[in-house]
Amino acid sequence: MARYVTLRALQAVGVLWAAFSISFVVLYLLPADPVSIAADAGGSGTAVDKAAVAELQARYGLDRPLWEQYWTALTQAVRGDLGHSISTGQPVTDAIGDALPSTLGLASPALLFATVGGVSVAFAATYSRRPWLRNTLRSLPSLGVSVPTFWTGLLLLQLFSFQFRLVPAFGGHGFAGTILPAITLAIPIGAVIAQVLATGLESTWRQPFVDVAVAKGGSRWWVQRKHVLRSAALPTFTIAGVLVGNMLAGSVVVETVFARTGVGRLTQTSVLAQDIPVVQGIVLLTSAVFVTVNLAVDLLYPLLDPRIAGRTRRAPNRTTADSTTGAEVGARA
Amino acid sequence: MIRPRYRIAAVAAAVTAAASLAACGSDSAGTGADAGPPKPGGTLRYGLSVAPTCSDPAQSGTNQTLYVSRQIVDSLTDQDPKTGELKPWLAQSWEVTPDAKVFTFHLFDGVTFSDGTPLTAESVQKTFDSVLELGAAKAPLGASYLTNYVATTPVDKLTARVEFSKPNAQFLQATSTAQLGILADVTTAKPAEQRCAGDNVGSGPFTYANYRQDASATLAKRAGYHWGSAVFAHRGEAYLDKIEFTVVPESGVRTGSLGSNQLDAISDALPQDAPQIEATGGRVLSTANPGVPFGFQPNVTRGPLRDPAVRQALLPAIDREQLIDTVLGPQFKTATSSLASTTPGYQDLSATLPFDQAKARSILEQAGWTPGGDGIRVKNGERLTFSVLFSQVFAGNQAILELVQQQLRQIGVELRLDLVAAAEYTARQNAKDYDSVYYNSTRADGDILRSAFSVDSRNLNVRERIPTLDDALDGQLSTGDAAARNALIRTAQQAVLDSGLWIPTVELSQAIGAGGNVQDLKFEASARLQFFDTWLSGR
Repeated sequence: MARYVTLRALQAVGVLWAAFSISFVVLYLLPADPVSIAADAGGSGTAVDKAAVAELQARYGLDRPLWEQYWTALTQAVRGDLGHSISTGQPVTDAIGDALPSTLGLASPALLFATVGGVSVAFAATYSRRPWLRNTLRSLPSLGVSVPTFWTGLLLLQLFSFQFRLVPAFGGHGFAGTILPAITLAIPIGAVIAQVLATGLESTWRQPFVDVAVAKGGSRWWVQRKHVLRSAALPTFTIAGVLVGNMLAGSVVVETVFARTGVGRLTQTSVLAQDIPVVQGIVLLTSAVFVTVNLAVDLLYPLLDPRIAGRTRRAPNRTTADSTTGAEVGARA
Repeated sequence: MIRPRYRIAAVAAAVTAAASLAACGSDSAGTGADAGPPKPGGTLRYGLSVAPTCSDPAQSGTNQTLYVSRQIVDSLTDQDPKTGELKPWLAQSWEVTPDAKVFTFHLFDGVTFSDGTPLTAESVQKTFDSVLELGAAKAPLGASYLTNYVATTPVDKLTARVEFSKPNAQFLQATSTAQLGILADVTTAKPAEQRCAGDNVGSGPFTYANYRQDASATLAKRAGYHWGSAVFAHRGEAYLDKIEFTVVPESGVRTGSLGSNQLDAISDALPQDAPQIEATGGRVLSTANPGVPFGFQPNVTRGPLRDPAVRQALLPAIDREQLIDTVLGPQFKTATSSLASTTPGYQDLSATLPFDQAKARSILEQAGWTPGGDGIRVKNGERLTFSVLFSQVFAGNQAILELVQQQLRQIGVELRLDLVAAAEYTARQNAKDYDSVYYNSTRADGDILRSAFSVDSRNLNVRERIPTLDDALDGQLSTGDAAARNALIRTAQQAVLDSGLWIPTVELSQAIGAGGNVQDLKFEASARLQFFDTWLSGR
């Protein structure tokens, strides 16, 4: 197990390095100069002073050769120093540190809503034997994915904040301030969870081991809960990394609509200003979260499916026998 | 010792105070008569559309930043938004030498900064020195106002003499801007980045109570303030106890929050939001930005715009009324010169800018541009087509340019829209990589013409020297006499149009949504908000 974790940790470092390097190259390929933007004071119309631009470039080390800039940025990043924002002069770690709590305060309840909502819809859709209810519930996920987050947010605001005045439209503190943005962010993520889980549940119901479990006299509810869900949950966990990505993309929109500060808004403003150090800091943060989530999922797998633990313990000669192992699990229960 | 020989203005504070009591801004919110006499107290909740970039007035450039930082700092002078005239603020009087190189300011006694330290001539010196230390990179506007700055000398405790190595007539108006507002030593001693943290100390009617970058700013009334400018409508302290600025980027949310009484006033009320705001008892306040109105600045070294006749034909080819009626709404105005109508020294040149497609066609015909197969004109095998580089800094830009595109097509000119992100826009401008650029720029002084059009400035026209124009642009900077200076500014406006260096379209307006309870919310001369006279009724 220790070796497994070490290996995965090394892999994580590799991913972080790749994310850093690729974002560095991409950002420097863009046809704009962040320093000129910073020196233009919001398009004030006055001439951008050449000496001033040169001075700023020297201050941020942008006048040195590209490989040297890359090496400095990389070694500093390893030591935990992400440099300074070009547009505000604030240390990047501070800028991200200020934005992070607000985004976590939004993302945690959103993930909770998405999981509870998504699992409930998938569960109910596959459990119900009434075709109309089944079909209605089954179509919810595709609706949830296709409705723009922007629109959902404005609709919720119009109704609960402007019409009934139940919650504040912006500010985002406490339960009242977080509920609407969290729901808005939860909808597309919950929809993905529901979609993947429902598909997993449906295909698992068709597995032979379920027939065995039912034949042994298990109630429909007991079989779904004890056997089907456990097996069908695996693909849902596999896409956890994608969901984290969805979360960040969604937070850009949700934080704008609900006037919240956070990593999403910081991303948007830094990309617009081409504030390279900040964008790189966010890329590193996102990759770190992505890598951690995937690591956690990998470590969770054996707990959910004993076959995977078996695989890591024993010789890997049974890995392809999925259709038969399904029956095995069923038989073991 | 320079002897003050020419006195531009020396107005006694008492007189102006009495006069200003009678003044009631037409661009201000509210109908003082309906709401009764102003009453102090309350917190005004304001929704900004974009986050302020920094809390330091000297480092402020964008409107949204200035709405906040303008309130904490007083300037040496104030500019009357209606007449453009400069009035006393921290300086009770001033003298300017005829060559416009030396400016002497006499400060009011008894003014203090919010940390308790007194305002002295030395504060003025340290403020101006610190703007130059911030440099053009951090304080681009302030540094440009102080071009050719030599030094500020505290002649005595309340007399500051500012010297320039070359004439700098625009400096007097610049002393009325927030960028050159006078700050306490505790602020001017700090490095650039630390001055953005929201603890700046000025002598203004409000002070920072709380500042969170990208999120919010709260200002509190300064107790004991009694040195308001001669432009203000009342003496003493501000009426509002507090102003809470929150960044609300989405316009629908701003409008909804105003309607549901979660905000009292909002920035950038879009024309389509106006009915909703009015339906809930609010209104949209607007004022036209002074400076250079929106328009095309042609690169005279590229494509058909090399031909002066083509540039001349574009002036009457645009139906400016239609741009207002179709895209913007009644709070906007058509551009009638290369300066906006609210700029001091502006001259109405609408006779040079009639909407006359027949005239445009005949100019093109005479220059040898004849219609080709697809209706677009051709001359010696070259199609009459050019592109316009622009970014979405103003929400209406794209719609306006699409309409101009249709209008130009009617006279056989093809316009290609080149919409880019702000970042790329700046880069392309610096590289002079465009056929024409579309923008506007705000400044309540005719010197903006020199910034925009001088051959020695940014020169986005990429042109050679034009004596009539460049002599007028340089001349106005070295002319202390206001009337003579305005005459040169008028010459320059005409010369810009005659050479086809600017194809004006519309004037930018600030549109502020205000709830029915907000009274006397006013615009200062540069079209930024001034909250000193603002008060809340009916709550």
